Amino acid sequence: MNAPLLSVTDLRTVFDTRAGRVCAVDGVNVEVRRGECLGVVGESGSGKSVTFASVMGLVRSPGRIDGGAIIFDGRDLRTLTPQQMRKVRGRDIAMTMQDALTALNPALTVGEQIGEVLEAHDETLPSSRGARNAAIRERSVEMLSLVGIPSAESRLRQYPHEFSGGMRQRIMIAIALACRPKLLIADEPTTALDVTIQAQVLELITDIRAKLGMSVVLITHDLGVVTEHCDRVMVMYAGQVVEEGPVREVIGSPSHPYTKGLLGSIPRLALRGQKIKPIEGQVPDLIDLPAQCRFYSRCTLRQDVCKSLISMREATPGHSARCVLVGKDRP
Amino acid sequence: MSDAPLLQVTGLTKHYSGHRSIGQRLGGVPQTVVKAVNDVSLSVRRGEILGLIGESGCGKSTLGRAILRLHEPTEGKVVFDGKDVTALDADALKSMRRRMQIIFQDPYASLNPRRTVAEIVGLPLKLHGLATTQDEVRAKVAAIIEKVGLKANQLDRYPHQFSGGQRQRIGIARALISNPEFIVCDEPVSALDVSIQAQIIELLLNLKSELGLTYLFISHDISVIGYLSDRVAVMYLGEIVEMGPVDAVLSRPRHPYTQSLMSAVPEVDVHAQKSRVRLTGDLPSPLNPPSGCKFHTRCPLAIDICKVKAPVTETVGEAHTAACHRLAEKLSLLEAAEA
Repeated sequence: MNAPLLSVTDLRTVFDTRAGRVCAVDGVNVEVRRGECLGVVGESGSGKSVTFASVMGLVRSPGRIDGGAIIFDGRDLRTLTPQQMRKVRGRDIAMTMQDALTALNPALTVGEQIGEVLEAHDETLPSSRGARNAAIRERSVEMLSLVGIPSAESRLRQYPHEFSGGMRQRIMIAIALACRPKLLIADEPTTALDVTIQAQVLELITDIRAKLGMSVVLITHDLGVVTEHCDRVMVMYAGQVVEEGPVREVIGSPSHPYTKGLLGSIPRLALRGQKIKPIEGQVPDLIDLPAQCRFYSRCTLRQDVCKSLISMREATPGHSARCVLVGKDRP
Repeated sequence: MSDAPLLQVTGLTKHYSGHRSIGQRLGGVPQTVVKAVNDVSLSVRRGEILGLIGESGCGKSTLGRAILRLHEPTEGKVVFDGKDVTALDADALKSMRRRMQIIFQDPYASLNPRRTVAEIVGLPLKLHGLATTQDEVRAKVAAIIEKVGLKANQLDRYPHQFSGGQRQRIGIARALISNPEFIVCDEPVSALDVSIQAQIIELLLNLKSELGLTYLFISHDISVIGYLSDRVAVMYLGEIVEMGPVDAVLSRPRHPYTQSLMSAVPEVDVHAQKSRVRLTGDLPSPLNPPSGCKFHTRCPLAIDICKVKAPVTETVGEAHTAACHRLAEKLSLLEAAEA
């Protein structure tokens, strides 16, 4: 079983707007192996959320997937009908959203929201009404305890507003994990949380990953979170992957000027008195981008050759970056 | 009086009363009080950056606003450059506000969407009578806009035509135009992307040294505070639990809360072997704070006395204070976790 769990090749997702075509995801390849945690970093607008919304089949008009293949566990998700896709979502792949308060339904109790997922996807549930409800109830309690919510039994009857931010994030994780998915996509799970709570939630995800043997995609803008919790990392910029590889290498010895710039612009206690080096300028407008290195306008190392299409190049085995300054061409 | 602090806050308290309906009042339902800031004392010297860290809901923004009297303090005294701000009448307060400004967290909500940049940034000039003619206002706005790294030809644009980082620059220009001495920076970089965040931090530091400003820098981001502050104050549930020079407080924290905060920060260092202290549970509600030491419900070192008696603030090093019953034992959660 060495085939990756998820393999996305040459994904293009575009949004046709009045101002022109925005290519939010442009030729992105993703590989998620079984049991690993892949970190996806990038600033707002880099396409990290859209990439995984595409995987989930959640891109809505005016957006659409314009090309590429999304192979999950041997099946091409793009060839599935909406009905088939609905069965994959929630059962095989689950996603948690950044803002737990708006992602949860305020008018349903937490128990109803977990039960809903089980009702829709779990085929092992008994068919008689009473036994079915009892089984759903039991599983819901189990999920809430799994994510560390005390007195789960009584809290099932409560509404989202009765929980704190960290607890709501846990509830979303509980809903996502209710059917024991093979892949959990966590979109900025801790951005709205305080550090001490963030640490709790991330540790929880890591623990459950080990317990259930699932793979996790952790979408974040925090390089510290990636360093401490992920096996591999993928850095995105303006709709493209600009660097990917094992965390140790990408964070320890980054190859792409953007990754270097990001790491150099994080303020830290250790850097007191030294100048931080912000990346000058802004992310380019994604409408009608020229066929050149996307980072060209902000790069301090730019050359004339950067004004052509740049492909990913391998720095060391398994670690590659989209920059002409990196080692040799990828075979 | 040159060594007197620019800002001296003593016993500042801000309580918010909850709403009670007439029925509840007649029925004798007691008044609920949110104790957002409780008996906080601190001082900021001229030219210094005091960093204020704490989790959301700990009262750090309320403290910043109570100092400027944007929220009227319940009790306590704020002395700015020898004048008691809490005793000023409305006119005197208005002219004092020229010297004390604030930069807000949310660059989207803090700028009026129906006003142009020239109007937003020029308003303080009119309010304080710092410019007489329209041309003079425009010239001054153009100058400050260029100082914060925007272009003078963008003056007639509206906030929605700018990115988050650019909007924050507009907010900074608005705070600076009245030529203040002291600025409360209320999470000015929290809403921004990493690369933009670094640009704004650099801008704030450059402006500080160029214009001789003094900052109270509020943030929940310990890395940012550690990078730019001279001294740091750590808040928990409306109280300052530890305060002192940045190196002492963040490298050798004495209060168990500061220690666990430091250990929770994810580090961008692939070689770091960090020992972890994990706090369990959430921040308790300030509506009904725990008795004794407010941290005792989450503190791994809590003993019986912590539940009944609030600790007093003690000096633990040079200009370094902390409030904990177990300071004398010199316990370190980090070492305990390693062992």
